[in-house]
Amino acid sequence: MAEIKTKGEVALNRVAIVAVLVALMIMLMPIYWIASTAFKPRSLATTVPPTVVFEPTLTPFAKLFTKRSQLRQPVEEDVYEAAPWWEQLIYDDGEQVVKNRKTGAITSSGYWDRYKNSLIVSIISTFLAVSMGTLTAYGFSRFKVKGEQDWLFFILSTRMLPPVVVAIPMFLMYRTVGLYDTHLGLIILYTAFNLSFAVWIMKGFIDEIPKEYEEAALVDGYTRLQAFFKIVLPEALTGIAATAVFCFIIAWNEYAFALMMTSRNAQTAPPYIPSQVGSGLPDWSVIAAGAFLFLLPVAIFTFLLRNHLLRGMSFGAIRK
Amino acid sequence: MTELISRLEPDSRAASRGFSDLSIRNLFIIPTIAFLIIFNVFPLLYSLWTSFTDFRASTTAPANWIGLANYRELLSDPFIWRNFTITAKYVLISVTGQVVVGFGLAMLLNRKIPLKGLITTLLLLPMMLSMAVVGLFWKLLYDPSFGIINYFLGLGKFEWLADPDVALYAVALVDIWMWSPFVMLLSLAGLSAVPKHLYEAAEIDRAGPFYTFFRITLPLVAPILMIAIIFRTMEAFKTFDHAYILSSQPTTELIAIRLYKMAFLEWQTGLSSALAYIVLIMVVAITNIYVKYLNKAKAR
Repeated sequence: MAEIKTKGEVALNRVAIVAVLVALMIMLMPIYWIASTAFKPRSLATTVPPTVVFEPTLTPFAKLFTKRSQLRQPVEEDVYEAAPWWEQLIYDDGEQVVKNRKTGAITSSGYWDRYKNSLIVSIISTFLAVSMGTLTAYGFSRFKVKGEQDWLFFILSTRMLPPVVVAIPMFLMYRTVGLYDTHLGLIILYTAFNLSFAVWIMKGFIDEIPKEYEEAALVDGYTRLQAFFKIVLPEALTGIAATAVFCFIIAWNEYAFALMMTSRNAQTAPPYIPSQVGSGLPDWSVIAAGAFLFLLPVAIFTFLLRNHLLRGMSFGAIRK
Repeated sequence: MTELISRLEPDSRAASRGFSDLSIRNLFIIPTIAFLIIFNVFPLLYSLWTSFTDFRASTTAPANWIGLANYRELLSDPFIWRNFTITAKYVLISVTGQVVVGFGLAMLLNRKIPLKGLITTLLLLPMMLSMAVVGLFWKLLYDPSFGIINYFLGLGKFEWLADPDVALYAVALVDIWMWSPFVMLLSLAGLSAVPKHLYEAAEIDRAGPFYTFFRITLPLVAPILMIAIIFRTMEAFKTFDHAYILSSQPTTELIAIRLYKMAFLEWQTGLSSALAYIVLIMVVAITNIYVKYLNKAKAR
């Protein structure tokens, strides 16, 4: 924009700064509210007026990972005193933890299993999509392919369909071959889903690596494959990392396929967390704790990725 | 001497070392294409077939070929048309909102703002989160008795998600919150590409801020803004996650939600396949516009 010279422009810029800060506060409010509710005891999660100042507690997290008895029973003083600290966190709210009758160990809730499923499915599908995508992008970038534009459009088009449209036949296929509610089933789906994305982004990155690098390597006696692995791959490493994080976030956040293709065994966190609301009075602090832990990796990755976000979100169509 | 010859004849040298360029190309490309055909094209052909049958996945009864009956039934069903109308309204509200908020934020950020990088990154956070979990949380924010939105706006016990007139706006607002940053990001890229000397020239000509905005800024940002609009239109048309979690109002039943209910709750597999095909044709139409603009933007 124009340089700031006059007094009026200085004032205008101040107004803009204030407006940006107000907008930032409004935009971040919901995220702040999720995060703060995760550290509130149940009694403060749904108060009117909303509680802003409170003493943070880890109780919601302790409750998130443990199975609790449905009936709320008051805990006797001596039981409370003798319990280890993590059980005290739960007893604090007057709820009893469910224990294994034989071993006395605390029974854990379904959350950790779903979180683990999310990790397994996201990591493996990301690895597959990025490795296949990188090879394919290199193929399209460096060699002549008949009807290249058409193939690239075909690859892109696989991502444009609403998940629900693909889900109906996939569900029937999966039920027939026994992939319904399995990790492998979701991994295949997410790989197919992310593959088109990985090809498009990686093609952008590889196109920018000068062809002369490989040609020099070929002259030095490298084979094509050696040149690819020793020259091109190291050069493309930042691009590969960024693409991988994108694919991971997309798979991590995916809800529709996970809802339709799993029931229990392979269910990931996105369909699980909302299903905990149920009827009656949900414990919002526990749900917030689950959401908070789930959003945490994405928030960290967003900061690592900030310089690649534009290219990633627009399929590499626009360069920054 | 052999070294010299091989340098002069790259093809024969490559062949002598096992993999030719051609076979590497095929090795790199064909698995991906094959994989996508198996898991995208094949299912679509499968559902094309089911769309002509009365198949129900909940029974073991064999599928009967009923021709175009499913399509005829859907296209004459006023409720389906209502779902499409709701979807169109939703797309219009949320995309307009995102363009206004996103472009506005970009205009503000395109100044000398302290900590601009950090602020931009923080603003990008919403669009990276899970739409399902975000939807769940907006349910808490919208809550009529203890939600903070009602509290801060002083609305008392206003029912955002239960009021049939307001629920669609409430769902669209979540979409606007999530995806305005995307429009902002693209607009920022467009704004930073506007050559500075144009503004300097306008200043010499004593052009007012409105003239500068409508004659310089907007026309030059328009192509990239257009991409943002088409991209968001396409995505908004597909909306399922947060809308399904937030509200069960008939007035917020987007076409993807109707499709999900028809296929997985009512188990009308054949009929829902036909609806999926109608949706598919619409998506392909929007996609074609998108790709046209994409190529135009790339050619620049």
